[in-house]
Parts: sequence; structure tokens; C-alpha cells
Amino acid sequence: MGNVSRYLDNYQDLATTLPGQDLPWLQSLRKTALQQFAASGFPSPREEDWRYTNVTAIEKKLFAPMLGFVSTNPNLQFIDKECLQSQLLSDAWTVVLVDGHFSAELSALNGLPDNILVSGMATALESKPEWVQPYLGQALPAESHGFIAFNTAWFSDGVFIHIPTKQVLAKPIQILNVVTQAEVSATTRNLIVADCSTEATVIESFAATTGETYLTASVTEIFTGENAHITLHKLQCEADKAYHFGGTHVKQGMASRFSHHNFAFGGLLARTDVHVDMDKASECELNGLYLGVNRQHLDNHTRINHLQPHGISKELYKGVLDDRARGVFQGRVIVAENAQKTDSQMSNRNLLLSNDAEADTKPQLEIYADDVKCGHGVTVGQLDEKSVFYLQSRCVDEETARNMLTFAFANEMVEKIKIKSLHDKVLEQVLKRFPQEGVEKEWL
Amino acid sequence: MLLIENLHVSVADKPILKGINLEIKAGEIHAIMGPNGSGKSTLSHVLSGKAGYEITQGSISYQGKDLTEMPPEIRAREGIFLAFQYPVEIPGVSNIYLLKAALNAVRKHHGQPEVDAMDFLTLVKHKVKMLEMDEKFLYRAVNEGFSGGEKKRNEILQMAILEPQLCILDETDSGLDIDALRIVADGVNSLRSPDRGFLMITHYQRLLDYIKPDVVHVLAHGKIVKSGGPELALELEEKGYSWVESNKNGVAA
Repeated sequence: MGNVSRYLDNYQDLATTLPGQDLPWLQSLRKTALQQFAASGFPSPREEDWRYTNVTAIEKKLFAPMLGFVSTNPNLQFIDKECLQSQLLSDAWTVVLVDGHFSAELSALNGLPDNILVSGMATALESKPEWVQPYLGQALPAESHGFIAFNTAWFSDGVFIHIPTKQVLAKPIQILNVVTQAEVSATTRNLIVADCSTEATVIESFAATTGETYLTASVTEIFTGENAHITLHKLQCEADKAYHFGGTHVKQGMASRFSHHNFAFGGLLARTDVHVDMDKASECELNGLYLGVNRQHLDNHTRINHLQPHGISKELYKGVLDDRARGVFQGRVIVAENAQKTDSQMSNRNLLLSNDAEADTKPQLEIYADDVKCGHGVTVGQLDEKSVFYLQSRCVDEETARNMLTFAFANEMVEKIKIKSLHDKVLEQVLKRFPQEGVEKEWL
Repeated sequence: MLLIENLHVSVADKPILKGINLEIKAGEIHAIMGPNGSGKSTLSHVLSGKAGYEITQGSISYQGKDLTEMPPEIRAREGIFLAFQYPVEIPGVSNIYLLKAALNAVRKHHGQPEVDAMDFLTLVKHKVKMLEMDEKFLYRAVNEGFSGGEKKRNEILQMAILEPQLCILDETDSGLDIDALRIVADGVNSLRSPDRGFLMITHYQRLLDYIKPDVVHVLAHGKIVKSGGPELALELEEKGYSWVESNKNGVAA
């Protein structure tokens, strides 16, 4: 716990600079979270949900938040603008968070309908705290781990999105997160409130604009109203030496539909939690792709709570692991006693490209209802030699054949992206991480 | 074109082929028949270069070159085509892409430029029509979700586009209904030419009603035990394999 106290000491001065100073409800949330973090620190492998992922490296270092400037105007001195530009989607409204702070200058929200609110979290807490209060922290589980507490205690900013009833967003909203300097921690809290019968697509991107070590600790809470259709994409391409924790916590309304596409490509150690509480007749689709090379450790942890009857959930996570990379998938589906007629499918498929790569997978079904259709499947394997030979017998050399099959395996998840610009960006990232060179895009 | 001499092949130290002698000349169609376990599929795999087969004795020469040292893709580019008994499903790779990649690999191997995109499409569509396939198959993943008959037709489509020199058909008739069998046979017959050789491996005589062979060989216990004209297939159908299996003194062609 000695290392945790260093964080506590170091962050002490921070308290007065955090947004929401004059909001007692937020101060109370922060205080409780701080107490929890002080007591338990960062998660330990002794916790069942963290048994495959050891974060002591983060504890040993001391990542410090960027301070000393107005929250809507972060320091842009160190930013690589060209690199930033290349990460932005051309056909989206874009919000940029630099070192954990919303940048009005870099964000582009022209043409956003007046009744849709997209703002920095700090700004929202100043101007519309009553819009935030009913939701903030409400999608988080009662018992959460150290990273969530860390985030609640110290989030410096984030994005607040509110979409009023029946509003359909014409374009997606991209939230681009960048860190510019070494040893920095970017701790952000996003909140997306989508009222009844809304439709929206949001993209969270985490991009590498520095080669340094840093920590991202980001939590996003989403509330989907009755009949809302919300799609969230996460494109995690952190720097090679970065640490990443991301939590996505969703509370679905009746007959709403939530889709999540989670691409975990970057970082030295990266963990994503996706937790969804489903309501009556709601649908939830979780897709994931993790590509690990070198010594990367990529952990994905999902939980789907079927709390009411007639819910449908579909989950497919795929992993490709090369070199000494390690991929972790822990997927849990809980069907409450009341959640009759639940239809749930969960699947995790891993492709190991080297003898030193490792995949740990643990699907869990907990069913308390008696009239449900639930299934899960898991595979860990290598490329099918019969397929390699088949392609060779069709004139394709062995290396290209292996590339083709690996690409085809991963591409199934890329093909699920409906936004062209994002699809192309994800594809580019997939190709960049390929074991052999010379992968052509023609394979689509 | 193909000359196999005294070929002995083992799989995991177990001898499967025990002295095969076979010569296929350009323009000829040879059929190899035999009971299950006689080594028919092993022969097709060894010719196409599949791993896991050890040649312990003998030689295989194709167009005067030693085949045994060539990797599978080079054999394919040199003009050997194996139509698989069980074509593999390749999710995520589209049929048309594989066709184009294969054709371009052959062209590159022979020092020719890549095929023009429009010419390629015209060629493929023509062949698809010939095999009475739906054009939609081109854009689907290779063999994924295809019925048994569709997979076999897809093999013949690949063959028709690559125009190989030596076509090896491994149990192409298995799993085909009469209509599909006729379409596949028409496709094969359309490829018959004086400079192309065929090796058809089959358990039943049925396929040979549609594709008339020049020579029929009977394979049993890893050896060719009898060779003859098309009438041999009919005789086999009538008398059963026990007839030749007991007659091991047959003369190889």
C-alpha cells in the first residue's frame, strides 16, 4: 500500500483544482471514492476479475495529472497537430481531450443541432450541474475496483453528451483522447445521456501522439432511454509504452439497443471493462478485437446483466496474439431470476501466431431464470494447416497464405463497422500490426 | 507430362504407397479406382505437395522436372491443379479475390503481367455461367456455407480459370447429385485438350460415364494391381474390388 500513499500524497493538492468544487453531491462522490482507493489501492491479481492482469507497474510509477491551466484551454504547446489531424474522422463531429482536458480550440462541433449538448465535463458541471447529477456514477456497479475509484476521485474533465427525445444524430461524434507528455495521467469521465427513441453513434479514440510512458484512466457512463439505438466504438491505439484503463458502463432502457465495438490495439498494458445492465426487451451487442504483438498485455472484461425478461445479447470477441503478447478475455453473462426468455450468445476466439503468445479466456454464465436460451463458446488455436495448404495449392505462397488467413480472421470484426471513415482507420491499424508485410487491402 | 516411377510413400512411418508406376501423357485421361484405404487420396496429396508424406523410394517427374522438391505453390504455378475431395472453407477471403490472386501468381511465375481487371471479370463471369453457378458465389467467402455440390463446382471453376496442365480430380463425384455431376463433367470435358492431362481418382464408376477415360488403373494395398481401358471400370463395377484385390499379379500400364 506504500505506493498507493504516494499517489494519495501527490494528488492531495489536486483536490481544490478539480471541477465541481461547489457541488456537494460531487464532493461526496469524490470523497467516498478516495476513501475506497486509499483502502484498497489499484486492483490486485487476488481479485477474481483481475487474476490475469497485474498492474503493480502502474503503482510503482507515479503518473501525475497535468495541472495549472484553465480546463477548457489545455496546453497545446507539445501537441503534434499533424498527427492529431490524422486521427480525426472526416465525417464526424469531433471533441478532443488533451492530457485529460477538453480542448475547445481543437474540437469541431459546427452544425450540431442546438438541442444536442456536447460539452466538456468541467464546463457542464459549471453551467448545467443539474443535468449531470442524476446520472454521474449511476451506471457504475455498487462494488467497483480501484481504477473506477481512482477515476471518480480525480477525473479532471471529460465529455458530456445529452441527446433529447427522438433526436437522430446525422453524424457520429468522435471523442479523441491524446496525451502529449511523459509520466502524465489522463483521468477523464464521460457521460452520454440518450433519451427515448434517439439514435446516435459515438467513437472513443485513444491515439498515440507521443512515444512516452503515460497512464490513461477513462470511464464512460451511458444511459440509453426507451427505444434508443446507441452505438459506441472504442479504438484504443495508445502509445507502445502506455498504460490504459477504460471502463464503459451502460444502463439500458426498455427496448433499447446498444452496440459496442471494442478495438484494443495499443498500449503496453491495457484493460477495458464493458458492463451493461439490460432492461426489458432490450438488445445488446458486444464486439471486440484485440491484436497483441511484442510484450503487450491486452485484457478485456465484459459483463452483461440481463435484469428483465426478453432481452437479447450477442457477444463476439476475437484475439490475435503474436510474439510474447498476452490476451485476456473474461466474459460474464448474468441472467436474473426475473429475466425469462433471455436469449444470450457469447463467443471468444483466439488465434495464437507464436509459441510464446498466450490467451487466457474465461466465459461465465450465471443463470437464475429457468426459461432462457444461453450459450457460450471459446477457442484458442493456431492457423488451420489445411487452409494454408489449400491456399498454397491455389498458387499462393505460404507466407501470404498465413497473412491472408490471419487477416480474414481479424477482418470479420472490422467489417462490422458501418462508418466508412472509421472502418478505413481501423483497417489501417490492423494492417499496421500485421506479422508479415505486404498485406493488400484487396482481400476485402 | 507426368512420370511416376516405383513410388513408395509413408505417413508417420507407415507405408501407404508401395511402388507406384504411372505415366500420364499430354491429352490423356487416366482414372484411378480402388477401395477405401488403398492409397488413392495419398497419391493426389503427394502430387500436390501436401506436408506429412515421406517419399521413401522412387521418383516423380513433371514436365521433365523433379516434382518432389517443389513447394505446393510452385507446383500449382507450374500447372498442377488438385480439385479437393473436401474443399476447405476459408471465411473472410472472397472467392473472387482468391481466383484473381491465384491467376496473377501463375502469370507472374511465367513472366506475364497481371491480368486486366475488366478482362478478368469477363473471364470469370463466362466460366461461372458455364458451370451454371450464381454470380453471387464470387463475392462470398471461399466455400463458406457452400453445399457439397457447390464446393465441387467451385473447384472446377478455379480449374477452368487457372487452365492447368495436369488436373487431378480427387473423388470429385462424391456427394454430387445427377444434375451437378453432369454440370461438373461438362466443365471438365470443356477443358480436355491435346496438351492437358487428367488424373481422376474415384471410388465409383459413375463419373466415368460422363468423363470417358483413356486408361483405368486399379489401386489396391498401395499398388496398381490392374490397368486397362474404360471397360475395366465396368468390369470392376460388376465384380467388385475383391476381384482385383485377390489378383495381385496385374500388370501396370
